Amino acid sequence: METIVMEHIRLPKVENVRLIDTVTSRRASVGTLYLTATHTIFVENETEILTETWVLHSLVFSVEKQASTTTGCPLLVRCKNFQVLQFVIPQERDCHDVHVSLLHLSRPEHYEELYCFSYNANSDREDRRKAWDFINLKAEYSRMGLPNHLWKLTPANHHYKIIGMVSDTYPADLYVPKSATPPVIMGSSKFRSRGRFPTLSYYYKENHAAICRSSQPLSGFSARCLEDEQMLEAIVRSNPRSDFMYVVDTRPKLNAMANRAAGKGYENEDNYSNIKFHFVGIENIHVMRNSLQKMLEVSEAHFPSMSYFLEGLESSGWLKHIKAVVDAGVFITKAIAEEGISVLVHCSDGWDRTAQVCSVASVLLDPYYRTLKGLMVLIERDWVSFGHKFSHRNNHLNGDPKEVSPVIDQFLECVWQLSEQFPCAFEYNERFLITIHHHVYSCQYGNFIGNNQKERTELQEKTHSLWTYLWKNRTDYINPLYRPDHSQTQGVLRPLTAPYCFKFWGALYNRFDRGIHPRQSVMEYLMAIREETQQLEEQLDRMADDIEASSMFAYPWRIGNICTICKENMSEQAKHVFSYGIHIETAVEASSMAGQEGCWYKGQQYARTEGLIM
Amino acid sequence: MEFSEHIKTANVEDVVLRRPFYQPTKGTLCVTGHHLIFSNRGGDSARPFLLLLRNIDAIEKSVENLLGYSRLFSSTGQSQRPSVSSGTITLKCKDLCVLQLDIPGMEECLNIASSIESLSSLETVSEMYPFFYRPPFLSLQDQWGLSSTEQHYAQMKEIHDGWRVSQVNRDYSVSPSYPPAVIVPHSIDDETLVKAARFRQGGRFPVLCYYHRETGTVIMRSSQPLSGANRKRCREDELLLQAVIDGSELGYIIDTRSSQQAQQARMTGGGFESKSCYRGWKRLHRQLEKGKVLQESLIKLVEACGDQSHSVDRWLSKLENSKWLSHVQTALSTAGLVAECVERDGHSVLVHGSEGTDTSLLVSSLAQLILDPDSRTLAGFLGLLEREWVQAGHPFQQRCAHSAYSHVRLRHEAPVFVLLLDCVWQLARQFPLAMGFSEPLLLRLAKEVYASDYGTFLCNSDQERCVTGVKERTHCLFQSLLRANERQHYSNPLYERTELAIWPSIQPPSLQLWKGLFLQWTDDALHLVEAQKVIQNLVSQCHRPLNEKVENTDG
Repeated sequence: METIVMEHIRLPKVENVRLIDTVTSRRASVGTLYLTATHTIFVENETEILTETWVLHSLVFSVEKQASTTTGCPLLVRCKNFQVLQFVIPQERDCHDVHVSLLHLSRPEHYEELYCFSYNANSDREDRRKAWDFINLKAEYSRMGLPNHLWKLTPANHHYKIIGMVSDTYPADLYVPKSATPPVIMGSSKFRSRGRFPTLSYYYKENHAAICRSSQPLSGFSARCLEDEQMLEAIVRSNPRSDFMYVVDTRPKLNAMANRAAGKGYENEDNYSNIKFHFVGIENIHVMRNSLQKMLEVSEAHFPSMSYFLEGLESSGWLKHIKAVVDAGVFITKAIAEEGISVLVHCSDGWDRTAQVCSVASVLLDPYYRTLKGLMVLIERDWVSFGHKFSHRNNHLNGDPKEVSPVIDQFLECVWQLSEQFPCAFEYNERFLITIHHHVYSCQYGNFIGNNQKERTELQEKTHSLWTYLWKNRTDYINPLYRPDHSQTQGVLRPLTAPYCFKFWGALYNRFDRGIHPRQSVMEYLMAIREETQQLEEQLDRMADDIEASSMFAYPWRIGNICTICKENMSEQAKHVFSYGIHIETAVEASSMAGQEGCWYKGQQYARTEGLIM
Repeated sequence: MEFSEHIKTANVEDVVLRRPFYQPTKGTLCVTGHHLIFSNRGGDSARPFLLLLRNIDAIEKSVENLLGYSRLFSSTGQSQRPSVSSGTITLKCKDLCVLQLDIPGMEECLNIASSIESLSSLETVSEMYPFFYRPPFLSLQDQWGLSSTEQHYAQMKEIHDGWRVSQVNRDYSVSPSYPPAVIVPHSIDDETLVKAARFRQGGRFPVLCYYHRETGTVIMRSSQPLSGANRKRCREDELLLQAVIDGSELGYIIDTRSSQQAQQARMTGGGFESKSCYRGWKRLHRQLEKGKVLQESLIKLVEACGDQSHSVDRWLSKLENSKWLSHVQTALSTAGLVAECVERDGHSVLVHGSEGTDTSLLVSSLAQLILDPDSRTLAGFLGLLEREWVQAGHPFQQRCAHSAYSHVRLRHEAPVFVLLLDCVWQLARQFPLAMGFSEPLLLRLAKEVYASDYGTFLCNSDQERCVTGVKERTHCLFQSLLRANERQHYSNPLYERTELAIWPSIQPPSLQLWKGLFLQWTDDALHLVEAQKVIQNLVSQCHRPLNEKVENTDG
């Protein structure tokens, strides 16, 4: 494998390359450019501290060789994480070689060439496997309260095929209404694009309402499918408190109607009893791709006027699209939490807009998804397991550029927009979202390789999991303003979706233009304070320890191991607690609460049972 | 004149008040000389709602007379409702809040509306509320204002060699809008100043506003020179500026008009400093909008923020179309330019536009915030506002007579001070640890400047304040803000003094709409306020006490 990659490197090292600061376009640093199997590395000359710029090949979005000038040949490298690097290579021939090499290196043909298979490959296999168990979707469904008397786990897709019908884009484990029989599942599956029949995404314990997802029905202009109708009826019946459900088609109505000509389309309210049909009008992947492109052009402009920026932002339509996704999420959240009505969400294939809308609704409905682990679980459930085509959408391999689209990017941005509106409601911070965004593209971890669970299971075991890496470093990703007990944190989020609530996300799209970010960060300051606070607490504990040790006899009610008031021997456990330096004050205060004035030992016991101390 | 003449109906029962963040409540409405008082009768312990009439920018009323219907009903014996006509008054306030009063009885409604209309537009200064406001915690014997020019000068020992305090304007005869004392170069005597003043619009000759210790250079401000169509010169004015850059090679004149505007000003008797007459001074033009353009910008912005239609397209184009953020960008970049001249290039700067009472003050005070750590403390910032805006003669009364909702024909209104506060907010957003004061202070000032219990923002100049007795008969807002409990409320819990200049980014993505002000009556702002409380709590309740505890235990 390594040798295949090495073949692409025509020139491993070029000297006297200049790296232009694209923000100011004034400063340039001179150094040496290296091409390795995995990275492009630029090492600056003559700096006191070794300054290196590393760019992962899988993060390279485009390489553009520009017309030569007297100073050399410029090479513009745009990255998927919005970094833009402009190199000037003295010799045109060298520039050509680097250009050709990078084009090959950044567009691998096979999964095996991706970085995740060489990244830290020699680590212990067993450790790596265990790390993959960190996020467990079975545990997630049981956290939601499933299976129960309304929903069951169906083995229908356990081998990624439903008898006679391949459904290789769905996960093996699917939850369906208790009353959905195998023939109903099979029939419904036949009547849906790619066999993606209605199945459960999120179950709202409080009132039994559920979010289900599927692909579009193959209804054409008049086709019907009894099993599919029965499937929806079963979903309605699995919510005992309501007698109808919403079907939310996330596409613009025109697009859905156009699909009918191709034998696809949407549910006819006349054929399905007890459904209310609703379009939410989110545009397709092509519109989104172009929109992002336009917005990036605006954000990359050098010293634009305010008007240019605002007009450009508007004409890109990006924030309008973000708002459409959040609006759809809000609609579903209201249906579930306020009306208690179940919802079926679909678009065309049910893996892009459907994933966005279902996961935004989950974030709004359930505080769990606003925690670090919860967001990982959510992405794992609604995106990874349900077959969002990561490798196609995020351009992992050399493939059809029309398949590329910032779909999960938009989901992450929706979460960011919400976190800006509710600063205390999310356990994770902006950096967490940006890091996930980075690794969705980086191919450093195996989580997002491939386009569905079936493809992935074979690939994943040789790679590392992003989630364990993030969890190990979770202190970096904690929002210091998060309070589990804060009113913003609890229950359902009800965001405003007025246009002014949606802002340009400079920290992501201008991530590498340091100049535009706030010069001082409140978050970093508070994180530092939090750390310091912890250290101070520890220090205080240690001091208390010292004081206690030095004043063993200063407390008349405790001599040696015997409490003089209750005459009881301190238990081993109490001694242990003591040796870890529990605040004396706490114990003494607790003792008075326990009705044993001044008895340290009883105080300890009381405090422990009341959870005042450990 | 008695206020009661204006009050046709003083009390109305069963009025329903609708306002942001509150459920509609029924209660009694009372109109007094300066306030609208609303109290709900129930056992509710809530304090009555008090609204300063001066705060009302626009009043809209609609009445419904259901008399005809009621006859119809009563003849069939179906309805015997006593009150059949009613009215609704919508009050749009200068703090951008919109309230609604549902008043039973058409006549009462019209009476209340006309009372509010006439009382909220009284223009005699001595009848305004600050002359009646007597809180128990303040005394009229207290010093009015934080510091005088003399006191400010006395604190800056390092300038005593080159600069002096001149009392040339002690009777306001040289410049009616200047304070009695100003700081000028030592070598320039009062006689020269008098002559130089005649050559500047409104007598506003160049005076010192900031001395940069590290480079020994200064920021000065003035109004435009009256060179006129035939390029008049004034030897004394040239001498005065010469004295400023004495020794150093170069000074910069930052003209806050475009060079075309400056040329045109000559036709009406104004002008600019020509290169040939002012040796060593280099003129740069940076056009800052003011007056009507700025006022209309604010009106458009507020209208965009109040727009309930839910299309992002229209929002962004309306925001763009208001040009407010462009004005913020220009103001900050011009201030940055001034600061750069002083700090990085080591050259003195003179800032002026035409009158020297609006954009010049905006630029000079922002430049000081960028450069001077002393002006970034709570007291330092208020001191800066007092020197650069109140004493320097920003015509508050004219500029802030009406805000964004008023239907009255505009005269001299312009939100220059609000623009300053927005720019300061942008600075504080980019440097959240560098300012000793917090957003609530800026919001409080944005409100007080339009309608206040205090006399600080009354009148247009120091002279007017003396004549009307503001300093003797009203309380000073800045003094009040520095009282212990207020001080705590308005301090930035994250403040860590930095001696460095704070250079703002003026890239469009770095500048944001000030939601705290322009969208303060939406829920969105509410969540952000909650977040501020959590920050406050994190820092002052958890971190600081623990720190002290460790120190104490250690000791």
